[in-house]
Formats: sequence, C-alpha cells, structure tokens
Amino acid sequence: MRFLEAVRLALQTIRTQKLKSGFSLLGVFIGVASLIGAWSIVNGVNRYMTEKFAQTLYGVNTFQLRRRPMFTPNVPDSVWRSWARRPRIRFSDAEALSAGLTVPVITAWQSSDNITVSYRDKQARDIELTAASERYFDIKNLRLALGRAFTAQENRAGAAVVVLGDAVAQRLFVDRTPLDRNVRIGGIAYRVIGVVERQGSILGFPLDRFVVVPALSPAQNLVNPPGILDAFLVKAQSEPEMRVALDQAEGIMRSRRHLRPRQDDNFALDTSEGVQRFWAGISRILVVVLPGVVVVSLVIGGIVIMNIMLMSVAERTREIGLRKSLGARRRDVLRQFLAESAAIATVGAAFGVVAGIGLTFLIAATSPLPARVSPASILLGVVMGASVGVIAGVYPASRAARLDPIAALRQE
Amino acid sequence: MTDVQPFRTGDTPLPDIVILTHKLTRDYDMGGEVVRALRGVSLQIRKNEYVAVMGPSGSGKSTFMNLIGCLDTPTAGEYWLNGQKVSDLSDDELARIRNKEIGFVFQTFNLLPRATALHNVELPLIYAGQPARQRREHAARALTSVGLGDRMDHRPNELSGGQRQRVAIARALVNQPSILLADEPTGNLDSATSGELMQVFGDLHRQGQTIVMVTHEHDIAAHAARVVTLRDGVIATDQLQAA
Repeated sequence: MRFLEAVRLALQTIRTQKLKSGFSLLGVFIGVASLIGAWSIVNGVNRYMTEKFAQTLYGVNTFQLRRRPMFTPNVPDSVWRSWARRPRIRFSDAEALSAGLTVPVITAWQSSDNITVSYRDKQARDIELTAASERYFDIKNLRLALGRAFTAQENRAGAAVVVLGDAVAQRLFVDRTPLDRNVRIGGIAYRVIGVVERQGSILGFPLDRFVVVPALSPAQNLVNPPGILDAFLVKAQSEPEMRVALDQAEGIMRSRRHLRPRQDDNFALDTSEGVQRFWAGISRILVVVLPGVVVVSLVIGGIVIMNIMLMSVAERTREIGLRKSLGARRRDVLRQFLAESAAIATVGAAFGVVAGIGLTFLIAATSPLPARVSPASILLGVVMGASVGVIAGVYPASRAARLDPIAALRQE
Repeated sequence: MTDVQPFRTGDTPLPDIVILTHKLTRDYDMGGEVVRALRGVSLQIRKNEYVAVMGPSGSGKSTFMNLIGCLDTPTAGEYWLNGQKVSDLSDDELARIRNKEIGFVFQTFNLLPRATALHNVELPLIYAGQPARQRREHAARALTSVGLGDRMDHRPNELSGGQRQRVAIARALVNQPSILLADEPTGNLDSATSGELMQVFGDLHRQGQTIVMVTHEHDIAAHAARVVTLRDGVIATDQLQAA
C-alpha cells in the first residue's frame, strides 16, 4: 500500500469518526496555537524593541554621554541617590569629546524638558522641548516633511527658530502652513522653519509631541542651567567604530573628572544595549516559559492520540485481521495506523495554525504589542504537530501490525 | 483420492496439483500442554477440484483451513500451493501469497462496515499495489459478475445477507486466486440463500475455479465433488461423490 493510499484511508477514518478525532486533535491544536501565538508575540516585540524602540530612543551605532542612564528599570534608591550626586554634563565636556574622538563620528548636543508651545490663542501643552545642535536630526533620523532643519550657523548664533513635531503642527496650525509663523515657547517668539515627518507611536507613547530649537537659543534656559546639557550624542559609522569612540569618550571623561583607576565612572555612556538587555531579560523568561506550555500541551496531545489510537486498534482488530488475510503486510498495517495518527495530529496542527494566527491578530488589534505571525513558527508548528502524531502512533500501530490474523479474525 | 502419485519428502508436486500437503502437523502450546491439532495430513488437490472439508469441532478442520489459507505455518510437514513450497515462507511472503493465490470467503462475511461494496472488493487490489483507476474497474467487473453491478455504492448494512456474501465472493475472486477458500460460507445464511450461494459456487467450479470449502453441514458438503473428513487431526475419509 502506497503512502497516498494510507493518507486517504486515514482521512476517511477521521471523517467517519468525527467526535473521537475531534477530541484527539485537541491537545495538538492547543499546543500549536499557543506556539504560534507566543512566538508571534515574542517575535513581534523583539523586532519592535531592537528595531524601533531602541533606535528611536538612541539611534543606530549611537551612544550618549549623560549624567545617568536614560533607561533605568528596577534601580534601588541608593543608586538613584548616588546618580543625583554626580556632576552634570557641561558644554565644555561636549567640546572636549568633539575634539578628542579620533574615529569619524557625528555629534549633537541635547537638552530636553516638557513645556507649553502656543500660537495666538492655541496652546499645545506637555510638549517635549529639545534644545539641540544641528546634527541632532541626522542622528535621530528625523526627516522633514516641510521646510528645513536649522543650520550650524543658526545653532551657533542661537537663532530663535524652531522645527515642530507633526502633532504640534497639527494642534497649532491644523491644515494651514506653519512655516514662517511665530510660535511662543516660554514667552519667546520662535519662527517655524520646518515640520518633521510623522513618527507615530511606540508602545502607546506618541512620538510627535516635540519641538526642536538650536542648542544655544534662548529656550535652552528653560531646560537647563547655563553651560549644562542633558546628553551628548555620538553616532559612529559602524558598530566597531562606535566601540572605539565609546572607549575614547570614557578615557577623556575620566581624565576630565580626575578619576583614579579604582574609582567608578561618575557619568553614563548610554547605548541602546541597556534597553535591549532589559528586553532580552523579559524575552528570555518568555522563551523559557512558553516552550514549556507548548511542550506540555503537545505531550498531552500525544498521549491522548496514543490512547485513542490504542482504542481504535482494539476496536478494529477484526478489520486488521481481515486486511491481513487479504494480503496486507505488517508494514501496510503499520503505515495505515501511523498515517492515521499523523493525519489526526496534522489536522489538529492545521486548526492550531489558524487559531494561532487569529490569536496573533487579536493581540495586535487589542493591545499596543506589535504581534506578527512568523512563517517559521507555522512551519515548526505543523512539523511538531505531525511528529507528535507519528511518535504517538508508533506504539498502537506496531501493536496492530503484530496482530495474529487468525486471532484477530476470530475476535467478536 | 487414490489416483495421484504418492508424494515423498524432496519431491515437487505435479503441475496440475494446486494444493499439496505432506505430513502436515500443527501443535499448539496451551500453557505448557501441547495440543496436537493436526497429526500429519497428506492431501493433494488438483486444479478445478471442488472439495468440502468436514469434521466435528476439534477435528482440526479450522487449523487445516488456516494452514491452507497461509494464515498460519505448520509445526512440521510440507505445504505446496500452486507449485510453490509455502510452509517455510516469511510473514510478508505469506501475505503476498494470501493476496495473489487465495480468495477467502468467511462465515461472517467480514466486510468493512463503513466502506461501500466497491471499496470492499477493491481491498485486495490495494495490497496488490494496483493503481486506483484500474482497481475500480476490476472491482466493478467482479461485482457485476456476482450480480451486484447496481449495488456498488451500497454499504454492507444496506445489503441483504446473501448480497453481502456475494460481495465477499467478489472480493475473494477479484485477484483471480488459485483457490477459493470458504469457511462455513452458509453458516449465517438461511437455507434459500444458502442454496443460491451453492449455485454460485457450482457456476464458479464449472468455470474452472478450484474451491475448498470447510463446512459441518452435510447437505452443503453434498454440493462438492469430493469430501474430505477430518477426525482427531488426521484424514478419516476422502471420497469422490457424484455431482
């Protein structure tokens, strides 16, 4: 009996015994559905964290010199207090780094705080004001939808010009052009010279509620005391070059701060690694726990299938005897029952794939988690489901194959 | 039967001998106690013979039937089927012999209840490895030849007892076996249907089919041309009778 014949026979049996087959494919169904669902979530969030979240906050091949790390989950109070005692980052630190780094980099100054921006009688509250130097746009990969960014000259001169985030432009100007209008930031008039492309949101946080002004413009005083900045941004052309720049920056800062060899850094050189490490910790937990759930339900599914197949073999002893008397060899019978349990499991896995995809879309639609179905998980799910069927079928099928035709035919 | 050449170990049967058993013995081990079901049965059956095997229960006729049907292997002795010594073949080779050389008809029909008459008849062809289309053609022809051409898509529970037994006969003959082996074929049929079935067997015999039929009913055995009676695992009588 050829393989196709066995599969056809298996599907026929499943059709005629719908209820029993339905129960037996439940375990594999749940296993595969949870596999795909979980994989989609982990995978989606992973991509999101590494590609979007980390890069939006930090940029590619970029590090920041700050007083303390920006992303700080689970930090004890004592550490917070020690961070608060650290000296702040000064303009002179930034200038020293710019002069001292030997690898090709682009750099920017940055200080940020939340303020209110107004135009005539309209106000946009809780807007992030960033006082930055001109390369900030390149480092953060902010492209302009309208107008232009400010120039190095404007930055040095502290010109009162502003680039708006999309949400601010929408709020203050609706559908009129904001270019060359004067908005007020902290009582100072700023001329709008550009609007940044819409950035969307990240984990539910809007990314378009910001304005950017030159680092030395008057609004700098709203954010930080004179001569102080929040962060000095350094973007290298590659990962290894960034590592070199990072080492050089540490050396320069340690010597500027007069730190002795055994003393810890009293500044932070922040990369996207921190965020990614944090996320990797979470996803490691998921990666350990979720396969557990999947494996448990597949094992249960396998046991259920095995039992039902054993029942089926017992019930069909006469049929097996008959088939043997008509010329079925051991391997024909073996193949028939293996195909049957594999088919049950594969059908279960197929339903599981559909449910898993549905689950993924449900999660994507109802939560900010960007769950995405991974084709690899579908493949793995189906392969695992079918393997469970084959493995669970081996024992019942070999029992069927070993049946003595005379005894089997005599059975009532 | 007296007019056949006596067979000795080391001989090969004459070409027109379909079934030859030589000192066929079968012992069963029943929990330490050896039961000698067959104690040396030597028998030759020619092509196109119609033989009834009779005997009381415990006479060894079921054991003999199982050995002739290649469902079992003898403890000692030889069994030649159609010129081939089958008494020392492996399981898979026996399966092939059952498929090609033997057509079984069982007392309880043994049809697959969920399959159509056509599919039931197709079964031996599946194990013979025939492609699907050819299979269906052959199965349909076999069903038509037993007068069930219009019942091919019926399931066994939609057929009468006699029709079921005819499906079983179609299945037995679909591979054109050397022998038709019937085990109490009328055991589950009323006398009228039994008579019809014997008609079918008679027709098959006239068309050249070799038939071996196990029965305990004398009036059924009366249809055969030769009656072999077993008693206590040996042949008690072996008689030709007028048709």
